[in-house]
Amino acid sequence: MDFLNALVALSNFVLVPAIAYGSQLALGALGVTLIYGILRFSNFAHGDTMAFGAMVTVLVTWWMQSIGISFGPLPTALLALPFGILGTMLLVLFTDRVVYKFYREQKAKPVILVIVSMGVMFIMNGLVRFVIGPGDQRFADGERFIISARDFKTMTGLKEGLAIKTTQGITVVVAVICVIALFWFLNRTRTGKSMRAYSDNEDLALLSGINPERVVMYTWLIVAALAATAGVLYGLDKSFKPFVYFQLLLPIFASAIVGGLGNPLGAIAGGFVIAFSEVTITYAWKKVAKYMLPESLEPSGLAQLLSTDYKFAVSFVILLIVLLFKPTGLFKGKAV
Amino acid sequence: MNETLKNTGLFAIVGGLIIATGFMQSWNSAILIINMGLISAIMAIGVNLQWGFAGLFNVGVMGFVALGGLAVVLVAGDFTPETWSAGGFGIILALLLGAATVTAAVMISKKMAKGRARTIAMLAVLVVGFVVYRAVFDPNVAAVEAINPAAAGNIGGLGLPVLLAWPAGGLLAAGAAWLIGKTALGLRSDYLAIATLGIAEIIIAVLKNEDWLARGVKNVIGLPRPVPYEIDLQNDPAFVERAAGMGLDPVMASTLYVKLGYSVLFMVVLLVLLWMAQMALKSPWGRMMRAIRDNEVAAEAMGKDVTRRHLQIFVLGSAVCGIAGAMMTTLDGQLTPGTYNPLRFTFLVWVMVIVGGSGNNFGAVLGAMLIWFLWVQVEPLGIWVMELVTSGMAEDSALRDHLLDSAAHMRLLTMGVILLLVLRFSPRGLIPEK
Repeated sequence: MDFLNALVALSNFVLVPAIAYGSQLALGALGVTLIYGILRFSNFAHGDTMAFGAMVTVLVTWWMQSIGISFGPLPTALLALPFGILGTMLLVLFTDRVVYKFYREQKAKPVILVIVSMGVMFIMNGLVRFVIGPGDQRFADGERFIISARDFKTMTGLKEGLAIKTTQGITVVVAVICVIALFWFLNRTRTGKSMRAYSDNEDLALLSGINPERVVMYTWLIVAALAATAGVLYGLDKSFKPFVYFQLLLPIFASAIVGGLGNPLGAIAGGFVIAFSEVTITYAWKKVAKYMLPESLEPSGLAQLLSTDYKFAVSFVILLIVLLFKPTGLFKGKAV
Repeated sequence: MNETLKNTGLFAIVGGLIIATGFMQSWNSAILIINMGLISAIMAIGVNLQWGFAGLFNVGVMGFVALGGLAVVLVAGDFTPETWSAGGFGIILALLLGAATVTAAVMISKKMAKGRARTIAMLAVLVVGFVVYRAVFDPNVAAVEAINPAAAGNIGGLGLPVLLAWPAGGLLAAGAAWLIGKTALGLRSDYLAIATLGIAEIIIAVLKNEDWLARGVKNVIGLPRPVPYEIDLQNDPAFVERAAGMGLDPVMASTLYVKLGYSVLFMVVLLVLLWMAQMALKSPWGRMMRAIRDNEVAAEAMGKDVTRRHLQIFVLGSAVCGIAGAMMTTLDGQLTPGTYNPLRFTFLVWVMVIVGGSGNNFGAVLGAMLIWFLWVQVEPLGIWVMELVTSGMAEDSALRDHLLDSAAHMRLLTMGVILLLVLRFSPRGLIPEK
């Protein structure tokens, strides 16, 4: 019984949140890694692209709520998500045409593109703040829990409860669908294959008649869809605040690099590595230890390795360790 | 001569803008712009050392600036013997233990042969070290934070003159930069960017959460100043008399006097650093740096130690940012970790360097003054534009209210547009590198 209780406490506080957070990070890191693979620069504006997608979705959700459209027990935001994706696609295509294209034609150095993406980040950040303001926005509705702690307790008779929020469930389901669709696209379709070819060897791909502008356009479209989805899922799960998306940049980059920049599979793995380490290291283990250890060994403190405020430090340290010992990441990524 | 004329003209334009602010708004805000502009110029010189001279992409400026601010608290804050007897030494002991643990782990990874034994030894050292560190650290922190938590609760400073804190801030930032550079330099350029971005967030997180150090988000206020207090000046009959002689009322005169005092101090530091940066640029060392920047492989083939030189200039540039950070905290008279924002303290400095002209120290200074002026003035300008745009709308229109409220966020938008325009149409900046 104690073992079951410990397991439930562990799932409730570590596994479930980490899986949801990991899915969000993986979606974000996929976007970063795709840009890196195809366009060959680290996109600093990615966090703010996510914020923009989430913002459009929030606005459409509010509009839907105001005219009485709802999605039953599921959050209305899911219905609004396609609009968010569409808005983000328009924005990134516009940015690419107006800003990035020039530097691509000039064959500018990657670091120049990074600085350019800094400028884009400023603009997108300003745009989001301008439209929706810098404050916290709530837009989640529908059923709050798939299973609440109290229901779980009465159902199983255990002392510990297991709560799974609807948003956590949706996050995982949506992320799985996105990843399957993405890999199907990359591996099975002609465009996807040309994207991979372009990423592996640009010159060879150009020689075999692949149109680079088409590849770049599709990359931006996919990245926009991934970014908007990741942004909405994160916003549903936590809450929507523009500045938080900017701060997500660090764990997202950490995920992409830990997995191996330019490698989609690595981005997913990296997302979960970062999420699990963040949650386990900042979790107070007292509750689990209480069930697993005999009373004499029970920890007196919270048994928390680091306070939750240092979660950035965790992703950073993992990033450093991977960079020092395996610079191309867990899965072999690019090294330019 | 033509070039000198153009550059002088550019500086004159920025100066004119600031003087216009003095006439149209108030001299207090004009001098405020100058003061923060001077500090920004120093930060820009630091970033220009790293990016313009050596091509290092450091996006952790905020962290070094904040460390400079911390130095002010640690050097110039009130000396409190009771905190030291309660736990100050214990905390330092704990930190030393932590550092020893990391050093031991690094030594093991370097000295022992690769294999399972090394991994186990490293993990053992790290785990034991961490447990010991927490065992020493936690009670001492609790003891320090328990002392007068409403007003202090931190280890306090050394009570030294605040001007000493400026070089100390540089040293603190240099130390941190050395640690980061040692690990992240030599890797790819984007990795340094991510690493510095991360370390800056971590430094801010430490400042916000370690209450024993600088009170965290409770802020340290009332730091000592290198210039007299306004109220003392107003009570000084000689000063009031002189002010009256110039036709100023004492309140106005005292605020101007204090702000100008800061301006003079900052100007001295800026000129010294600018002179040093110019000398470095012209020296063989500066030429070598630029050679490394332009072609690392060739420079390495010539026998230059690229990683070492990179580390050197990374530390130097960060130290300059640390000095600027200490000066800024001195100007504010308080350390408020909650207000450090990467957009304002990292990316804005980058905009300054790029707009001014990367690789040129005068360009960095000009860019800093100009961009800081815009950063301050875009907000009132934005509100004015919005009022113009919305003047035709109904008084109670929701859109009108929204537009007026959002005008404050025009800043980031404007900065992004300026950066992109400069990068596109004048990538070498206002004063290009020679």
